[in-house]
Amino acid sequence: MTSYSGVPRWVFLPAAVGGAFVLLPLVAMATRVDWTQFGQLITSDSSLSALSLSLRTSLSATACCLILGVPMALVLAREHFPGQRIVRSLVLLPLVLPPVVGGLALLYTFGRRGLLGNALEVVGIQVSFSTVAVVMAQTFVALPFLVVSLEGTLRSVGSKYELVAATLGARPTTVFRRVTLPLVLPGLAPAAMLSFARALGEFGATLTFAGSLEGVTRTLPLEIYLQRVTDPQAAMALALTLVAVAIAVTALTGQMAERPK
Amino acid sequence: MKKAMAALAALLLVGCGTGGPAAPAEEATLTVFAAASMKTTFTELGAKFEAAHPGVTVTFNFAGSQDLVDQILNGAAADVFAAANESTMQKVVDGGLAAADPVLYATNSLMIAVPPDNPANIAWFPDLAKDGLNLVICAPEVPCGAATVKVEEATGITLNPVSEEQAVSDVLAKVQSGEADAGLVYATDVLSAGDTVLGIQFDEAKNAVNNNPIVVLKDAPQAELAQAFVDLVLSDEGQELLQNAGFGKA
Repeated sequence: MTSYSGVPRWVFLPAAVGGAFVLLPLVAMATRVDWTQFGQLITSDSSLSALSLSLRTSLSATACCLILGVPMALVLAREHFPGQRIVRSLVLLPLVLPPVVGGLALLYTFGRRGLLGNALEVVGIQVSFSTVAVVMAQTFVALPFLVVSLEGTLRSVGSKYELVAATLGARPTTVFRRVTLPLVLPGLAPAAMLSFARALGEFGATLTFAGSLEGVTRTLPLEIYLQRVTDPQAAMALALTLVAVAIAVTALTGQMAERPK
Repeated sequence: MKKAMAALAALLLVGCGTGGPAAPAEEATLTVFAAASMKTTFTELGAKFEAAHPGVTVTFNFAGSQDLVDQILNGAAADVFAAANESTMQKVVDGGLAAADPVLYATNSLMIAVPPDNPANIAWFPDLAKDGLNLVICAPEVPCGAATVKVEEATGITLNPVSEEQAVSDVLAKVQSGEADAGLVYATDVLSAGDTVLGIQFDEAKNAVNNNPIVVLKDAPQAELAQAFVDLVLSDEGQELLQNAGFGKA
């Protein structure tokens, strides 16, 4: 009680209201679930298949986000080039774009009649209606989360250690591997988690771009939306499962980030 | 001053006049919840209704029948509910929120939709079972998917879709974009899509006809107007409009 936190007392009221605003709907969801049936509801074939697909695709999407997003954040944070501001806001576009529109944009690019679709079809690749399309949709919406969050970390860490390493003769790749990456690692874990969570909840872009077929493209959010029509209780049980997975992943990455190196 | 008094008196007279028998109708808003497939026809009917009832504004909420049911059961203030199938309507009846027995106002049957150039050369229903075909249908959980299952059962033809969508509009969109070689949608969807898709009628569709019921809701803020709107939908004028849009006679 006596320690000084520096937070004005009145702040607690809106903070509590905000907390309740987020938590109450979860409680409301939980009250709609028939808990005696819970195990049965979430272990049905279609539920398990959707859950496993969601986990696989979201993990793949997170990996894609890391592979593409780390270099993007690095370029945005460390380089200076004309039009950088515009590029940054364009990269963040998927954040504000309604996911359904994102899905349409992907369709116009990679769909059979899209910008690259013809070329892909020639080499025998059909993206739409495949699991790859799900991963692409998830990566599209999750990527900005990783880039924004990591760019912030890169900027706050600063480049003085990189400079020192470089003056000591380290090549840029060595600096990146031995200095930059370890420095931003504590920030990278939450950034990756954020993109994973976004990928896990992805709905609109998947629906428009990938379609919905059990075991192939019907991820957990799509399954929930479908179940809602016939069996709202099952839908709520699945939704809570999704929440539980998200919380578990959050806790896991939190631990990883705190682990001493 | 005199002028002002005269104006005030005139104003009062006009004001009192509205209570008289020859008065124009009072301002009112009629809220109609209707299945997404009704958008074109009901918007037109709404305009006709407004013209026949001066002072009345008709506002529509077009969405999937299930979304509308959720809203109605959770207390949305609506006067009329028009569903795309009987099972969603039943949920409103079971919830005790229908003022009377629902009345059927239209039927809708399935049609094959293909891109205008028909890349997979679909001619009749059995073609939909072809290997390597990008077929998109509705999931069995939603009305158009239930109808699709009925046709499959009646014909003994099993379809292998690349996607089972949650809404008929999503099926149509995938045919329109050319992602799908063929899709099963309602006849009305094909008509409303204009020349962006080609519709192929098939005899087997008669095995699965969806009935569309309409009802005045129990807690309707404008019960009388609501009944008048339902009457308009059921009138010759309303029925002609619906049938021109591809709906069948109820």
